[in-house]
Amino acid sequence: MPIGDLTPEIAIIVAAVLALLFATFAPRRWQARAALIALAGIAVAAVLLVNQIGTTRFTFSGTWALDGASIWARLMILIATAFCILLAPGWFRTDPRHGEYYTILLLSALGAMAMAGAGDLLELVIAVLLSSVTGYTLAAWHRDWALSVEAGMKYFLMGALANALLVTGVTLVLGLLGTSSYGDLSRLFAGGVDASPLLFAGFALIVIGVAFKLGAVPVHAWLPDITEGAPAPAAAFLTVVPKIGAAIALARLVHLIPPEALGLRPLIAVLAAATMTLGNLAALWQDDVRRLIGWSSVAQAGYLLMAITVLGVSPDALTALLTFGASYAIGNLAAFAVVTHLRGRTALADYAGLARRQPIAAAALVLAFLSLVGIPPTVGFLGKLMLFLTTIQGGYLWLAALAAANTAASLFYYAKVMGIMYFAAPPEEVQLLDRPSGVAVWIGMIAVIGGAIMAGTALDVFQLSTLLPL
Amino acid sequence: MLTLAILIPMLGALALLVSPRLGHQAARAVAVGASVVSFALLLIVWIGFDTAPSAPDFQFLAEVPWIPSLGIAWRVGVDGMSLALSLMSGVLFIASISWPMENPERPVSYYAWFLFLESVSLGLFLVLDLLLFYAFFDLSLVGMFFLIGRWGHDGAQRAALKFFIYTLAGSLAILLAIIGLVLSMAPITFDMRSLIAAQPLAGYDFQGGLILLGFMVGFAIKTPLFPVHTWLPPAHVKAPGPVSAILAGVLLKMGTYGMIRIPLQMMRESFAAYALPIALFALASILWGAIVALGQTNLKRRIAYTSVNHMGYTVLGIATAGASLAGVEKAQSLALTGAVVEMVAHGLITGALFLIAGGIWARSQTYELDAFGGLAKVAPKLTVAAVIAAFASLGLPGLAGFVAEVQIFVGTFAVFPVIAAIGLLGILITAALFLRLLQQVFFGDLPSARAGFPDLSRRESVVLSVLLALVVVIGIYPRWLLDLIGSATRAIVGG
Repeated sequence: MPIGDLTPEIAIIVAAVLALLFATFAPRRWQARAALIALAGIAVAAVLLVNQIGTTRFTFSGTWALDGASIWARLMILIATAFCILLAPGWFRTDPRHGEYYTILLLSALGAMAMAGAGDLLELVIAVLLSSVTGYTLAAWHRDWALSVEAGMKYFLMGALANALLVTGVTLVLGLLGTSSYGDLSRLFAGGVDASPLLFAGFALIVIGVAFKLGAVPVHAWLPDITEGAPAPAAAFLTVVPKIGAAIALARLVHLIPPEALGLRPLIAVLAAATMTLGNLAALWQDDVRRLIGWSSVAQAGYLLMAITVLGVSPDALTALLTFGASYAIGNLAAFAVVTHLRGRTALADYAGLARRQPIAAAALVLAFLSLVGIPPTVGFLGKLMLFLTTIQGGYLWLAALAAANTAASLFYYAKVMGIMYFAAPPEEVQLLDRPSGVAVWIGMIAVIGGAIMAGTALDVFQLSTLLPL
Repeated sequence: MLTLAILIPMLGALALLVSPRLGHQAARAVAVGASVVSFALLLIVWIGFDTAPSAPDFQFLAEVPWIPSLGIAWRVGVDGMSLALSLMSGVLFIASISWPMENPERPVSYYAWFLFLESVSLGLFLVLDLLLFYAFFDLSLVGMFFLIGRWGHDGAQRAALKFFIYTLAGSLAILLAIIGLVLSMAPITFDMRSLIAAQPLAGYDFQGGLILLGFMVGFAIKTPLFPVHTWLPPAHVKAPGPVSAILAGVLLKMGTYGMIRIPLQMMRESFAAYALPIALFALASILWGAIVALGQTNLKRRIAYTSVNHMGYTVLGIATAGASLAGVEKAQSLALTGAVVEMVAHGLITGALFLIAGGIWARSQTYELDAFGGLAKVAPKLTVAAVIAAFASLGLPGLAGFVAEVQIFVGTFAVFPVIAAIGLLGILITAALFLRLLQQVFFGDLPSARAGFPDLSRRESVVLSVLLALVVVIGIYPRWLLDLIGSATRAIVGG
């Protein structure tokens, strides 16, 4: 067995186990040091992953894809996870046993990485389940707080349904085509497959199962509850990391099927349209900033689906997917870094006049929001640009126009928050979390601007990436 | 050189940002200093600019690669049109920054935002890359949103939000159109000069029409043309005077500049096919702006609606230049020159008018025309400035507005005679509304509430006399400006 191909994942598992052991035996005041173990594990995994750059092949009998898409996505997952770890020690300071949090976080990241690398439907199921089970735990971490438990519960119920649909879909496809391996499936489709409605249903169910992790319609309702109720560092993680993995998993699935074969792309286009419109409409009247970010994150999933829609139709679709995924991750994490740094402050009214008391945090939130809208010179602009470019190139002009209209509408709620921070009278005193979260705010701000400046290089390397099976 | 002219105000803004303890005077000194240096650089460019017919269209070029795989780079360069507009913007920014703040709170960030806005406005006129053009177009909205929302009068936040969303919707239409345009190039490039040379959409009727629609909708919102002008009056009324001056003087020009630079220059064939409807929209704006302005009782709303009217003249000139008629290139070139002169003249004149309106608000906290009368008795200097600016705006010969409008109408008569004839009505109405405005505010009986109305301070007098002196100079001796602008319009229309 080519164990060497899995070294980054193994490093994560080892770190997760070490963090757990450490948390079990370490005294309470040392619990936060488990974060260092987790960070070290991520660093090792990242180095091992960088060594894989340039590889394009299946490994482990075709169940694990090593290609540009999975490598970049897994690298993004690791970086995003490390960023979320930066937010955690301050947030969980009062939690006596929070060392275990890092174990769960690493295992959840592992689930996301497995989604990005899955080269087989069964592997995909395992990856989604791993990511989900750990996700529920992260969401409900504050077990004494009703909102957190509610978020975890909703996430779990919706997840149970979505996972069941996923497994049903996989069973259908496996039964109809006799294989679950992507390599075999792609060869079958190349040879021509009878496009029966049942087969379409099978794939559609799988799409919905993965859409759950992406936070897309129709299984999106958990997202705003998570952003409101889950611990803010966990919410940052759950709105970004599983989405990256799920985006690649869905892309790989769509990529399997030639555009003319099953009509899966129009389905995804409809999901994209519904997701972005619903997310934005629901966000419009939110007066809770964390729920607002949650709905905006639903809308962003809709934009992301645009790139998947034109996969195989437009040459730059994968580049757009990776670029937009990275830019969304940066924007959303930067926003959550600010929210966490402000100790999870959530009511819109509590943001009034923030710019006078905490100019840096306010500026960082503005930049993060501008990036999510896609206003230059933020990294989000380049993500959106690539997205519009490929969507129009792929012939989905209506989808691009709808996304543009949605973007204009979304400005309403983002600008509302910006307005209240800058135009309203300032509050008495603003409590901040700690130094690492402050550092995270700075990192987020720099990444939002720096990402745009570095975009040339990023686009070049993304453009070289491939998506297996070829 | 051009890059520096864009960067220096931005650096000034950053310098202000990191020194929040600075006093009001010092902050203003930094802001004025940065904008003067930037303007001096533009003057140097102007001195070195070659207006001879044999000279290249775009000069002072510079290019730094950014995203090579998409053909995006930091490209700057000027022709006569963009140089004239950026010089005008430079003057207006110095004037607005020097003008006293209306409610002097948080001066450091106020001046920082002003410098930021100056940087992106100059950037918009000076770059030769469509993506950067779009970036600056959007950033101008961000700067304006914060300036109106934070330093405007009561209810400013709503107006700022409306402005932001309305114009962002327009700019997204432009973004889609830009993408459509660059996708028709192989390989993809955002380089304006290659796009102008290639005319990539020639022969694509439907696609060209759609892309033209995207551009025109976006630019029409920014300009603004009837019927998408409704964001303008609230934004102006709530904004402080100097911000209004920039909004009307510089930001509106971005729409008309964009119309010339992109649809007119890069897709001549599609533009020509739709020149008549564009001219009709321009005519509607001319009449609607003038008539509605006449009905306003609020000083700033009245001036705001005359902007709709004046920008209508500009767009009429552009539509004339873009029509496909053989043998009238001279007239078309004349109309386009007139349109660009109108942009410069309107910037200076309306800039001055809004500064005056801001001064009146600062002294009386109201814009209602009924609340005034006989100000000539207590504020003679203010009266002189207002009279000159109003006469210039209504197109009195010998002042800058006349030079522009005469060229536009002479040109348009050769191409769209009927539209030109109806459009003349607009000038009549504008004359009436400005005369009534002067009569109401400055002549007649002085209300007792205005008895102690202070005249212009020294700083205000200097700022206004510089702006109005330019208006007079352009009116009496326009040769230098016409040469500069003509060098560009000749190249664009080929007359």
